[in-house]
Amino acid sequence: MAVRKPPITTREYWAPGHAACAGCGPAIVMKLATKAFSEAMEEKYGDPNAFAIAHATGCMEVVSGVFPYTAWKAPWIHVAFENAGAVASGVEAAWKKLGRKGKILAIGGDGGTADIGLQALSGMLERRHNVVYLMYDNEAYMNTGIQRSSSTPYGAWTTTSPPGKYSIGEDKPKKWVALIAAAHQVPYVATASIGDPYDFYRKMKKAASVDGPAFVQVLAPCVPGWRIPPEKTVEVAKLAIETGIWPLFEIENGDFHNIKFQRFPKDGKFKKPIEDYLRLQGRFKHLFKRPEAIQELKNQVKEMWRILGKEVELP
Amino acid sequence: MAESPFKADIERVQKEYSEKMTPGAIVYIPGSSVVNKTGGWRVFMPQFNREKCIRCFMCYTLCPEPAIYLDEESYPVFDYDYCKGCGICANECPTKAIEMVRESK
Repeated sequence: MAVRKPPITTREYWAPGHAACAGCGPAIVMKLATKAFSEAMEEKYGDPNAFAIAHATGCMEVVSGVFPYTAWKAPWIHVAFENAGAVASGVEAAWKKLGRKGKILAIGGDGGTADIGLQALSGMLERRHNVVYLMYDNEAYMNTGIQRSSSTPYGAWTTTSPPGKYSIGEDKPKKWVALIAAAHQVPYVATASIGDPYDFYRKMKKAASVDGPAFVQVLAPCVPGWRIPPEKTVEVAKLAIETGIWPLFEIENGDFHNIKFQRFPKDGKFKKPIEDYLRLQGRFKHLFKRPEAIQELKNQVKEMWRILGKEVELP
Repeated sequence: MAESPFKADIERVQKEYSEKMTPGAIVYIPGSSVVNKTGGWRVFMPQFNREKCIRCFMCYTLCPEPAIYLDEESYPVFDYDYCKGCGICANECPTKAIEMVRESK
């Protein structure tokens, strides 16, 4: 039998021995993102190592940089919670001055991007720095103990949005940073999910190969924060796509009239109900006693798709 | 049997790492976390059935450690020094070539 070539590069930039939980979703994101980045750099500049990483505080920064060890095999700088975008801009400007070829990867969690680092991100995109900003979205501040962020979806339990007699958990809709980034009219904005790893890989490669800023928001389930068993991480991310709760799209140059969708059903009818996605996760357990909250979540998902220009039907 | 892609890193960190504090507490050895053998966290252990494998690379793509690398024929090899036993590989395997069994020591 002929030897088959893997669809992703065998170069490694994310070493084992880091302190992430078993079944960590964001750890898969880190591995695939750096591999895709190196492949894009090799195609563009002929050097697979022509990139550096600026990493905001967050789960992946903490587990990969347990002093005195590091899990990274690429130049990596840990910066404060709010300024991954600003530091990545600075590194990029310095590289430009030095005449060094390559691209900078800025990484932040949903807290470090949607809440605390939004200003630095906006500045970075607006100044058109040659940086890819990767937001791994695990939908709460998981590192500090599961506090809500503005990216937490409606109805989710977190320690600061506990459900009870007068509360259904998080009571506000999810903020879509990808749409905020696209409003800066940057060359490339995409959402992805580790439920479709090769789609994420392709998008990361595309983001790394465009000239100018790019933004990728990727869904990365968190085992302790979502109250899921460790082996279900990817299954949950897959269900998020199949039930329509997580859209996969690409927006180029802020053109909201020509959004490209991936894995969108042709007739706009999703086959699997959102309940399938919710049932696997302990953070949505309380919703099954409150059907009106699930209905409200469905209305919000429909509204999100309507904003993206699609009429959908949810079973 | 193929070699782990991290073999050189393990050797380097064993040879060069010292307890002495570096200026600015900079970590000079890339990928030095390989000294932490996280395999001790494991309760369930993936067991691989080579006959059933169709080499779709799903386990190789999705291992968060990464504790799976490829041999010369592109079959997955499991690195039990680092595998935390999460079971994503067994759950996502389309032919159920990977089975999680309780480990006894």
